[in-house]
Amino acid sequence: MTVRVWVALFVALALVAAVALVTGPVPVALADVLAGLRGHAGNGAALVVHNIRLPRVALGLVVGAGLAMSGVALQATTRNPLAEPYLLGVSGGAAVGAVVATIAGASHPMAVELAAFAGAGIAVAAVVLVASASGAAAGSPALVMAGVVIGAFANAAILVLLAGAPSAMVRDALWWMMGSLSGADWRTVAWLAVVAIVAAGELLRAGREIDVLSLGDDAAAALGVEVERATRRVFLVAAILAAATVAAAGLVGFVGLVVPAIVRALGARSSREALLGAAVAGAALVVAADIVARVARAPAELPLGAVTALIGVPFFLARMRHAR
Amino acid sequence: MIRYDRVRIRYPGAAVPAADGVSFDVLDGSITAVVGPNGSGKSTLVRALLGRAPLEAGSITVDGADIAAMARREVARVVAVVPQREDPAFPRTVEEFVALGRYAHASVWRPHGAADAAACAAALEETGLAAYADRRTDELSGGEWQRTRVARALAQGTRALVLDEPNSFLDVAHEMALFELLDATARRGVAVLLISHQLNLVARFASRIVLLAGGVVAADGPPSDVMDAALLERIYGWPLLVSRDAAVGAPVLVPLRRRAPL
Repeated sequence: MTVRVWVALFVALALVAAVALVTGPVPVALADVLAGLRGHAGNGAALVVHNIRLPRVALGLVVGAGLAMSGVALQATTRNPLAEPYLLGVSGGAAVGAVVATIAGASHPMAVELAAFAGAGIAVAAVVLVASASGAAAGSPALVMAGVVIGAFANAAILVLLAGAPSAMVRDALWWMMGSLSGADWRTVAWLAVVAIVAAGELLRAGREIDVLSLGDDAAAALGVEVERATRRVFLVAAILAAATVAAAGLVGFVGLVVPAIVRALGARSSREALLGAAVAGAALVVAADIVARVARAPAELPLGAVTALIGVPFFLARMRHAR
Repeated sequence: MIRYDRVRIRYPGAAVPAADGVSFDVLDGSITAVVGPNGSGKSTLVRALLGRAPLEAGSITVDGADIAAMARREVARVVAVVPQREDPAFPRTVEEFVALGRYAHASVWRPHGAADAAACAAALEETGLAAYADRRTDELSGGEWQRTRVARALAQGTRALVLDEPNSFLDVAHEMALFELLDATARRGVAVLLISHQLNLVARFASRIVLLAGGVVAADGPPSDVMDAALLERIYGWPLLVSRDAAVGAPVLVPLRRRAPL
């Protein structure tokens, strides 16, 4: 990507974040926004910015960056431009965890997050085990197939779990599955940021390996990559990253699919460039989608996952049109 | 030098091994060709070298070192392989693609150094791709694409080079240019192992031909010995004629038309 594209991406991100901070049901003066940013929660308006809007924007940034980076890594490793983080059973597993926690009546605010993360972790472990057990073809096709199967199983489990649940609980579960940043607080932002930074560091470190893996298994082996080990490690890190975002914000669809395609179209060639570009673009997309989710039908909120899909689909169609 | 020593390869669940008791040497400074009918185990030998087909018995060594005991990275520094097929997920420029050949020499974060740049430039020059450096790989013709893959292997800077049917999709001129390039590479002292279906071309360029049939070595020797009509007819199960090319003196294989029943 050229310097101009990078500048444009960062400008877009800054603009979107700024608009997100000043937009909302409570009118907030610019001075109060700045006060809130600095942490001087002097008056109510500054408090709204510091305790509600800022963590919400921060959560959107990390969720978007994480999903997009996860998507870049998975698309390159599977050599499939339609691969996305939720393909690995992450979304299904997380949803099972969240539904179980909701039905069990967990009241602690972290309970649903932890249960979702645990569910995603179990699903990913199952995917890797199933793929390894299939023997020779422990490369990416086996992992993708295992992900689809475990995902289907998780969906069935959710339907069984929700079949007997009261309707309010079904609505809560559905709402959670459609993704939202409305539950953002600094604690969630903090733990998600830690996971995201560690995972992003590992993906960037493995950048050249991912480049080589994107050539295909035989070519990667010929160039000096331990194909199966490297593929599994990238999958695992990408899955953990996606699982953490799901635990924090539910299912935010399309970001992991469409943002990698956008940065490739913008000229990202190496995996490291694509990872960094996708982090910026993904962050901007999710925060922008959240603004739409908040204001489109205010005071009601639209599901974030639906908005990201509505924004993402035209992008994707435009890219397909230009793709040769 | 690459040495296959009593190599037996069996894919998981397969009743019969894909290769059994295969032994041959690929000497420095010459082209050794492996030929044989479809399914005779040629590509399996390459995949075993890549660690992607399980070695049940025997060993594959490069300059005396057993590849089973080496990391893939170490193997990639001594032997470069051009696999049969390759379908990259994303386009790159030819230059970027060839630079991936330096993966085994690079550290995690260090950008490519002068040695890497020199190796890539030399590989582009040798393959006649210097003018194509900025072209995208998805805009190349079949011949240019095969040359680009060979260039990447040359950029690896190894003592041994293995190519699995590199001349598929190539027209006569590109095919000849590729074989001349392999010949020049061998003359620099590189051990070249070539898997090919083109018996006539192989007979002109290789100093040794290993004929595989059903996973075992059916014949092994200089082209004049292996290009035997009776032997090849038996192995390929098709009536054949071997003559001698009047112009270049190389043995030439001519498959015959089957006589229609009267």
